[in-house]
Amino acid sequence: MSILIDKNTRLLVQGITGNEGLFHTTQMVAYGTNVVAGVRPGKGGEWVLDGKIPVFDSVKLAVEVTGANAAVIFVPARFAADAMFEGADAGLPLIVCITEGIPVQDMMRVRNYLDQKGVRLVGPNCPGLLTPGEAKVGIIPGDIAIPGDIGVVSRSGTLTYEVLYALKLVNKGVSTCVGIGGDPVNGTNFIDCLDMFENDPQTDKVVLIGEIGGTDEEKAAEFIAAKMTKPAAAFIAGQTAPPGKRMGHAGAIIEGGAGTAADKVKALEEAGVRVAKHPGEIPALLK
Amino acid sequence: MKLHEYQSKQIFAKYGVPIPKGRVAATAEEAKQIAQELGGRVVIKSQVLVGGRGKAGGIRLAKNPKEAEEVATAILGMEIKGLPVRKVLVDEAANIEQEIYLGVTNDRAARKPVMMASAAGGVDIEEVARETPEKIIKVHIDPLLGLRDFQGRDIAAFLDLRRDLWRDFGDIASGLWQAYVESDATLAEINPLVISKDKRLVALDGKMLIDDNALFRHADLAEMRDTDVEAAAEAEARKYGLAYIKLDGQIGCMVNGAGLAMTTMDIVKLFGGEPANFLDIGGGAGAEKVAAALRIILSDTNVRAVLLNIFGGITRCDEVARGILAAMKEVKPQAPMVVRLVGTNAEEGRKLLAEARMITAETLTEAAQKAVEAAK
Repeated sequence: MSILIDKNTRLLVQGITGNEGLFHTTQMVAYGTNVVAGVRPGKGGEWVLDGKIPVFDSVKLAVEVTGANAAVIFVPARFAADAMFEGADAGLPLIVCITEGIPVQDMMRVRNYLDQKGVRLVGPNCPGLLTPGEAKVGIIPGDIAIPGDIGVVSRSGTLTYEVLYALKLVNKGVSTCVGIGGDPVNGTNFIDCLDMFENDPQTDKVVLIGEIGGTDEEKAAEFIAAKMTKPAAAFIAGQTAPPGKRMGHAGAIIEGGAGTAADKVKALEEAGVRVAKHPGEIPALLK
Repeated sequence: MKLHEYQSKQIFAKYGVPIPKGRVAATAEEAKQIAQELGGRVVIKSQVLVGGRGKAGGIRLAKNPKEAEEVATAILGMEIKGLPVRKVLVDEAANIEQEIYLGVTNDRAARKPVMMASAAGGVDIEEVARETPEKIIKVHIDPLLGLRDFQGRDIAAFLDLRRDLWRDFGDIASGLWQAYVESDATLAEINPLVISKDKRLVALDGKMLIDDNALFRHADLAEMRDTDVEAAAEAEARKYGLAYIKLDGQIGCMVNGAGLAMTTMDIVKLFGGEPANFLDIGGGAGAEKVAAALRIILSDTNVRAVLLNIFGGITRCDEVARGILAAMKEVKPQAPMVVRLVGTNAEEGRKLLAEARMITAETLTEAAQKAVEAAK
């Protein structure tokens, strides 16, 4: 077991013919992910990866022909909202959007539309998902994690790799890793993932990686205190971040004194979560 | 990206929001000219992108064109919170009966826009929100439907507006909403929206923040950027698509990924150093971008050591290594450099860097400790 993706996932790649799309499709296939289709309007009928994966003009057609049940999006920011609307209209239950830099008003419209359709969105501005040994959807390097019982959920990309790698170095494995993304308005949040991990028989403990900005970590802390039986460890990035400055991620900003790392650490510790001072400490906190 | 008051008000006016008669001036002579055209009393308002202009003496009344010229001369020579006043807005002075606050912003927790209003306008709305939250109404707007007329009426009723102003108020609320949507704003605010003695609604002051991620579809707004508020290095970084924020420490940091970049700063501090900057080269950065990043870090004369922390995913470590080598040939850094490469093509990257004399590290903690040591 795992959450969101496994070896039965039939993946469709939106933006499969671009540089990023093609590079990461190759990586996903090499990892063993079942990539069944690609979409690139205007290139329908072509094939990529030496004739292994068919390209379609629309998501709807790709789903009809291949039975895809999840999409990963690599299209540029200006087309990304449309790609998500298209995926939702084609009836896909899971959409993972890697694209960074999508306007926040686009994301508010997308999120509200997808909620009405009952579509689960992961991202945007995220590294995607990895269920070690089974499938990866997105850009997390496959070789930095091994299968195991730790569920990982994170707002960051490379910081997540750092944590996965630290776990692997001490031979600790991961059930599923979910990168939920660094944007102020996204799809799946910490609580959604914590809830899924709590109900996943393969997951025995959880790592939460947060950062400054917003109040999602505080809400996650409330959820952990009220609902979770599995132990959790956490790390919060941005202790040294100055207020009022957007730290790379659109969502990583301390506004009006709210969203500081100190507040989040305090809320998590009060909920019984062990908070690491640096990512290298996380494996020890999971003992 | 912040817009000036005069820019924000011009945008509001395009959507039917009434604003005072007036124009922006770059010289005292122009200010005098505008005051002459307007006739009567005018208000001269410094156009700088900081709050507290009034308290700093950057907003003053003038009774006639001659006085307008004098006041404009004084204000145009000012610096407010370190920013030079390059332009003043010359508006006809209003006779104010009541001041209202009206704004639209993103509520990230609700994932919806929210329109906020208060009859306690003209002051810092965050202060009102803290001290007397019952004086503010918040109305969430469905981003797929937009502001509905009834929502505007609900706000007017909450504000206890005279009923003969409800229709005008509704038009203003709807104009502000349209300005927010069509400009991809993250904030569109009228503070104060005044009721004048002759019972008209006028947007006396305006503020807009535009989503930087949406500027690709707003070339006209992108041109309005005031670069005075940006440090030169930050402007240079933006040109290369790098996220750079200067801080006061001695250890320059170059990292891929925002979360990891913040973590790298935090860990430098944890081991007794102070980070000189936040710098995220982003995903998939090529050699040219890396070279620009290194130049920007080294342009900060406080930097005593540089810490490069790259965890390859989209970013390929060999590309980064090539960028570092190119930049080093060009800038010949004096500061010691600590490099840590992991992930995609890390082995190739390390081989490329073996020829350059750099301190290498395996883990982030080791890299941070070595950088702190090297900066001493």
